[in-house]
Amino acid sequence: MPDVRRIDPNVVDTARDTGIPVDDVELAVELAGIALDNPITTASGCFASGAEIDRFYDVTELGAVVVKSITLEPREGLPTPRMAETPSGMLNAIGLQNPGIDAWLERDLPWLQGRGAKVIASLAGKSVEEYREVARRLRGRGAVVGLEVNLSCPNVEHRGLVFACSPDQSAQVVAAVAEEADVPVFAKLTSDVTDIVTVARSVTDAGADGLTLINTLLGMSIDPETGRPRLSNVYGGLSGPAIRPVAVRNVHQVATALPDVPIIGCGGVRTVADVVEFTRAGATAVAVGTSTFVDPFVGQTLVAELRSWLARRGIRTITELRGKVVA
Amino acid sequence: MMRRGFVQGRSEADTPVRAICEVMARRREGAYWQLSFSSPEIADRARPGQFVEIAVGSPGALLRRPFSIARVSRQGAFASTVDVVFDAHGPGTEWLTSLDVHDLVDVVGPLGTAFPLPQRKVSCLLIGGGYGAAPMYFLADELARQGLRADMIIGAASQERILSAIEAKRISASVTFTTEDGTLGERGRVTDVLEDVARSCRTGVVYACGPNPMLRAVSERCRELELPVQVAVEEHMACGVGVCFTCVMPVRAKDGRVRMKRSCIEGPVFNGARIAWDETRWRNEPDVLDDEPDEQPVQRLTDAELWGEG
Repeated sequence: MPDVRRIDPNVVDTARDTGIPVDDVELAVELAGIALDNPITTASGCFASGAEIDRFYDVTELGAVVVKSITLEPREGLPTPRMAETPSGMLNAIGLQNPGIDAWLERDLPWLQGRGAKVIASLAGKSVEEYREVARRLRGRGAVVGLEVNLSCPNVEHRGLVFACSPDQSAQVVAAVAEEADVPVFAKLTSDVTDIVTVARSVTDAGADGLTLINTLLGMSIDPETGRPRLSNVYGGLSGPAIRPVAVRNVHQVATALPDVPIIGCGGVRTVADVVEFTRAGATAVAVGTSTFVDPFVGQTLVAELRSWLARRGIRTITELRGKVVA
Repeated sequence: MMRRGFVQGRSEADTPVRAICEVMARRREGAYWQLSFSSPEIADRARPGQFVEIAVGSPGALLRRPFSIARVSRQGAFASTVDVVFDAHGPGTEWLTSLDVHDLVDVVGPLGTAFPLPQRKVSCLLIGGGYGAAPMYFLADELARQGLRADMIIGAASQERILSAIEAKRISASVTFTTEDGTLGERGRVTDVLEDVARSCRTGVVYACGPNPMLRAVSERCRELELPVQVAVEEHMACGVGVCFTCVMPVRAKDGRVRMKRSCIEGPVFNGARIAWDETRWRNEPDVLDDEPDEQPVQRLTDAELWGEG
């Protein structure tokens, strides 16, 4: 056997197998009233509309597909370069490129519906009214089982409009979406705030049924030789394993303060150990983002490995681990 | 741990797979490196213009690196191999040069669109810049299989950056080399000789791969000469599979509107006449040579190498 020069991040499972049959493990979770077959979802913006990854595996194997944020009008996004690799992560400045709600409803949603995927639609906008209008057009769409309000995309024209930095503005947006929505509403928050619990409280009071924690962190990278920022937009969103400890901390903080609010944990999930870490911190579901760029099969792999990870340890349901942090 | 021979993916012939591949050869190719790895699944699916994404093991490297496919050899059960060419100019590509024969690499592919082949019997002109010339050897093989004439223009900054000169002579009906410093062939750029070569070879269609400024120049020259041109572009790429939207190119649709197309899934091969070159990122930048970070996600000739320093 030749030397494997690349260390596979899926850590070899050294637990002594004292467990139960894999088939006895139950991965199903209830997320703010949505029944998911397993807790693995995609992170918005990292899965396009689903069809791209369905070339590799059946995307209905995932608990849910969280799609790329949809705005009222089509958006071509920001100029390139839009990406820069950083230690254990990457910066992106895409600028919400998307076909707009009408084209998405006409083309992308029917495809997802035809496959039988459970869709959590991520929506973004420049004003409270734009969010409201997109939410209104998402009413009564069979495959859409939830809405995720992107309050925290760092790559918008006016950074003052990163709603999630303001508890009041966040609450206004969430209230408008919740008024229109006929499915559970999740608010996606940023960690770039003084106290995420304050924002979390504000949006759940305004009608959010759950939270997605966290979005990318605002970052920057400069080419040391040329002195130029590596992104055309100068600043971008940092994602990947580099942000995982921050995300786990945020999930734990919010889950501790608001134990009844379901959380989709998000930030640098790559391995089954990461899924368990977020679950222990208090997440009900776990979203996989940047890792899909590294391994298009990661979602499918995590579903399979989570089952066997639990079986080896004799754990029958994933929910047994939720919030279990040993003091 | 991944097993040797591990392949993940659907069985359809046109879908990419992820494979753990054995390195069969690693050698210098002029100023570049060439890596051959064994993968019947990828070799059998691959077509000229497509690329693979290779996971690199250097510290801190998260993302895979894309490499256009320089050649495949389909040898049956023993080892169908895929060749890639690259320049070691960052920690990711440096790591690849440290691989030994029989080491394993984690590869996803084949990805992206392939060069469309002419539907009529026309004479084809293949233009490559630096190691961006790599897919032209694969394309020349395919055109030969179709019984089509292929002429080549291979350009670079200097002789040692001309990729596989002997192979180009073997595989093509004619080959013209251009170097910035005049150490091989004509002194100058590929566009300096394009018109003469196209005229003498009765070229009906042009294919090009190399740094984007070269592709722009080739596309504009072809428009003047009324020659159809297909180019394989380079853009910064994170995922390679169509989900991250980092590698977009502005492409003019039939309705005249410019849309941001993903180079990895809607490209890398585009109709050169359709790319809205004026709207690409080097617009209004006085010096495109300095715009590239050291580690180019798309492993082709850097601007500096082709167009000369300063």
